[in-house]
Amino acid sequence: MMMTIARKDLRSLFATPLGWMVLAVAAFITAFYFFLPWIDAYLAIEPRLGELANPPGITEAIVAPMCRSVGLLLVLIVPLLSMRAVSEERRNHTLTLLVSAPVSMTEIVLGKFIALSTVLWLVCCLPVLMALSLYAGGRLDLGLFAANIGGLILLGAALAAVGVAVSTSTRNPIITAVVTLCLLLGSWIMGFAITDPSSVLRYLSVGDHYEGFYRGLVDTADIAFYLLLTLAALGLAIRRLDRDRLQG
Amino acid sequence: MPTLSAVSLSRRFGARSAVRNVSLALKQGEVAGLLGPNGAGKTTTMQMLTGNLAPHHGQISVMGIDLLQAPKAAKAHIGYLPEIAPLYRELTVDEYLRFAARLHGVPAAALRAAVEAAKERCGLAEVGRRCLGVLSKGYQQRAGIAQAIVHNPPVVILDEPTVGLDPIQIREIRALIRAIGDAHSVLLSTHILPEVEATCDRVHIMHHGHLVYSDSIQGLHERRQAHRLLVEWRTPPDPAALTAIPGIAEVAALAPGRFHVRFHPDADPTDALLRLSLAHDWGLQLIEPAHASLEEVFVKLTQSEAADGAAPPATGAGRP
Repeated sequence: MMMTIARKDLRSLFATPLGWMVLAVAAFITAFYFFLPWIDAYLAIEPRLGELANPPGITEAIVAPMCRSVGLLLVLIVPLLSMRAVSEERRNHTLTLLVSAPVSMTEIVLGKFIALSTVLWLVCCLPVLMALSLYAGGRLDLGLFAANIGGLILLGAALAAVGVAVSTSTRNPIITAVVTLCLLLGSWIMGFAITDPSSVLRYLSVGDHYEGFYRGLVDTADIAFYLLLTLAALGLAIRRLDRDRLQG
Repeated sequence: MPTLSAVSLSRRFGARSAVRNVSLALKQGEVAGLLGPNGAGKTTTMQMLTGNLAPHHGQISVMGIDLLQAPKAAKAHIGYLPEIAPLYRELTVDEYLRFAARLHGVPAAALRAAVEAAKERCGLAEVGRRCLGVLSKGYQQRAGIAQAIVHNPPVVILDEPTVGLDPIQIREIRALIRAIGDAHSVLLSTHILPEVEATCDRVHIMHHGHLVYSDSIQGLHERRQAHRLLVEWRTPPDPAALTAIPGIAEVAALAPGRFHVRFHPDADPTDALLRLSLAHDWGLQLIEPAHASLEEVFVKLTQSEAADGAAPPATGAGRP
């Protein structure tokens, strides 16, 4: 059932220009701002790298920074998609169709979550393809590459879950978009704006937990943070949707 | 066994009581009308019957399955068209109906046949590839009904299915509802009395959140008997002469030559009036039994309810 809902959401999204625009703009930004400039910078300093005892490889110098930037790109994309998830269904009175069907609230929320994270994961495919193109002239550090991709997948899931949770809380798509953006971007900025490493606020930043993956350090604490954030947000969304039925 | 039964449903919104102690039962192959003015609690009742709203009190069972205990199993037997049709404007009719069918658990092998059958019944065969957003209101409403019957549910609930349609579309939708009613149980809500008379076998009237009346359509007809005749003559007789006719209780002149004649329930004076008109050459132009208007029926029903003490007087609650 949740796959039925997810498939419908994806079909709706790509029946409108919005889905294709998001993918196209993400591809453009990733290529021209996060990928090619880093290659140019790397090539510029490459002749002098031989002098170093332990020179950075292309994965460290190009792929990892690109993946981290794509993480921020995901933060900016989520509000565009979360406003459609539940708020718009509520505003267009189509949510009634889902609630009246023999489907539990959990299945509805999971369907929405799967659809939203699928789009984010599609955006994550872009840096993967671009990184693989580097094989044309060098070799990748597959461990570091995998850590970054794994981090992006976890980050995407957490962002999608928060987006769905915000979307279930209001019937106004614009409010959903603004609240999602404020929450996620605020949380991202918190990661580097707060310099005190022991600060709780910094620990709660969605961006800060990506730093480990960026350096190739896969820490269970970071994985647990993303998974818990995902579960908590989805749980909240299910409860919020059920409250409609109870409180009207 | 009733296909749908609700026992003493109640629902409040804050301090305001929207539905109080409503009990309903639907039989197989029956079209029931839920009639009432705006704000009577019809939509709230339907939302509870379809699992969109939890009742504060009461029980609902669909095909013998408790809706509150086993919502998924019970909802599979219901098709619901809300007041505003739940249409995804960017999907085509085919895509939309396929989604609705899958959502209601139609197996993949039967999907195509189910969608085709629903389109056929609702007259959507020609617009299958068009987007819902560009269809006319009548077609959109049909798509909404198709969505409610695509999984062939025993119970179909339609909330004001003809609102906002033009007279030809209304007639088509009513015929469609009648056809659906042959195989399924249908509950439809409306605030238009002729709609109930044209489509329904039974009628339930709601007022201020109470169910004030439940009977067959014949019962309502008898209830609407006002024991009054509207009569018009070219050369009218003296009203006093009319009052002398046995059975006539009161004569009221509406206009020159036009009278309202009220008579005792057990003595219909129509024959006597016809005979006298011919005998005295009064030039009869019109004689017809006057029906009580919906408003009068409401007033009568709500007053008798209050007088019986069957329901507390509805003060300040759900008043439109």
